[in-house]
Amino acid sequence: MSTPTVERAERTDPRPHGAPRRVGPMRTMRHGLTLAGRSVRKIRKSPEGLLDVTLQPILFLAMFVYLLGGAIAGDTGEYLQRTLPGVMAMNMVFGSLGTGMQLNNDITKGVFDRFRSLPVARSAPLIGAVLGDVVRYVVSIAVLLIVATLMGFRIETNVVSAAAAIVLVIGFALCVCWISVMLGMLVKSQQALPGVAMSFMFPLTMGSNVFAPTETMPGWLQAWVSVNPVSKLADTARGLMIGGPVAGPLSATLVWMVALVVVFFPLALWAYRSRV
Amino acid sequence: MTLTVRAEGLVKRFGTTKALDGVHLAAPAGSILGVLGPNGAGKTTSVRILATLLQPDGGHATVAGHDVLRDPVGVRGKIGLTGQYASVDEELTGTENLVLIGRLLEMTRSSAKSRAKELLERFGLSDAANRAIKTYSGGMRRRLDLAASLVGRPEVLYLDEPTTGLDPRSRNQVWDMVGALTSEGVTVLLTTQYLEEADQLADRISVIDHGRVVAEGRADELKRHSGGQTLQVRLSDPDDVTATETILRELTGQAPTANHETGLLTTPAEDPVLMSALVRGLDEAGITADELSLRLPSLDEAFLSITGKPATAGDSAREGEAEDDAA
Repeated sequence: MSTPTVERAERTDPRPHGAPRRVGPMRTMRHGLTLAGRSVRKIRKSPEGLLDVTLQPILFLAMFVYLLGGAIAGDTGEYLQRTLPGVMAMNMVFGSLGTGMQLNNDITKGVFDRFRSLPVARSAPLIGAVLGDVVRYVVSIAVLLIVATLMGFRIETNVVSAAAAIVLVIGFALCVCWISVMLGMLVKSQQALPGVAMSFMFPLTMGSNVFAPTETMPGWLQAWVSVNPVSKLADTARGLMIGGPVAGPLSATLVWMVALVVVFFPLALWAYRSRV
Repeated sequence: MTLTVRAEGLVKRFGTTKALDGVHLAAPAGSILGVLGPNGAGKTTSVRILATLLQPDGGHATVAGHDVLRDPVGVRGKIGLTGQYASVDEELTGTENLVLIGRLLEMTRSSAKSRAKELLERFGLSDAANRAIKTYSGGMRRRLDLAASLVGRPEVLYLDEPTTGLDPRSRNQVWDMVGALTSEGVTVLLTTQYLEEADQLADRISVIDHGRVVAEGRADELKRHSGGQTLQVRLSDPDDVTATETILRELTGQAPTANHETGLLTTPAEDPVLMSALVRGLDEAGITADELSLRLPSLDEAFLSITGKPATAGDSAREGEAEDDAA
């Protein structure tokens, strides 16, 4: 990136067509939205691409609730109430894999080079991919909530709190996805990505309090589980959907979200620049 | 004469390999510049730099008045890119792809749609407009790539090996389309490994090898550069070959290349008078010929004499590099 002084020094150069030197933020956002529209169009064309974020969490939920819920909580109904907000949180981490897959595909197939040969900001394709995924997450959460309701889940707080939980969970997804974006840029082939991604997804999702209370775990595991961002997000979502403390876990979640963006957004951008 | 594309001394290193070692290219407005060379010569790297997808380590380049390093966005507003990379989305339809590009170029929805329709018609893809690209044949796909690079009515078009892997019919279609573009004033930079393609399409050719431009000129200049003309005789009766060989040896002082089965003889012809002398000689001997011609060497022969190795791409080129490294 050029420093402001360099920019000013260059301004003396003739610009015969008066074309902009950089793409402004408004145009970048507009291009990002156009490219997000492309992702949405692709979801509509092949909805089976949504199975990873719709079917998988339902399977997890059903398996844990009916198979283990009785053993863990003594009652499957109570276990469902406690687990659903956590599965919602966990699903965002698994769902972020799709972002990395899509971007890797675009780069290896050369679609990104086409975009980059247009007068479009370099970040627009990244913004587009990430925004397009918001649609996937919304569909995913909607399907999960419908199925959970059929299974007997009930919101115990109010609609506004529950909606806040959904917004927070999607916001978290937008922060954690930069890990996948970075990995998507670094791995050579799309096939290699799920394996590599599991190495960070598994500790985040399974090493959390989503399925079992932290107190039942050995001390060394408790140390991780009690700071794990997915645990914090799950606690917040529980508080907002079935009642309980919100302020504490929410502030921890927000700190995590900022930290994830501060660390992985620049890394993802660096990986993107070095790849394309 | 204004140069729409001007590259001076471009250098690009990838690790320890020097992909470009001072490449100069110049394409006057409205012309087709052919960049000819084997695989790994630096053609694609040059195009990627001129399309602002890659930054050079040295040298500079301007495209349609914009400097590729100082004003890449300005360059991108003037160019179209079609090639081995710069692809379209396989899951979207032809129309959707072109409209998407139009929208990214700040067109309104309706003008992007009408531009897409117009281009699909022009490239004979109207019937396939609403089919996903993954169902397209290789030739259709390449035509759509070409259409995609023209959405923004670029002043400069880069075609990076536009016909590699196409069957002859599709190749001819692409050639016709490229020819039609220059009549609209578009400046085209075309890279190719095929001499025939450069010969057919390009106004001027830059021959590139090992990251350097080793020859530059019009096709006929390059051919002449590699030696004089060749005289070719095809006899009606292959039995006359021996007698004709004697006549040619007397006229030129060297043995011609002769094929006793096909009755075809060729010999270098530095002196244009040779043709009429041969006609008289054959007439006196009562030999008839089906074909008698004086031609410039092919670009293949020219390439061989310029680079010291055949123009066949791939393995032979890499072998050549290995030999050079060993030397």
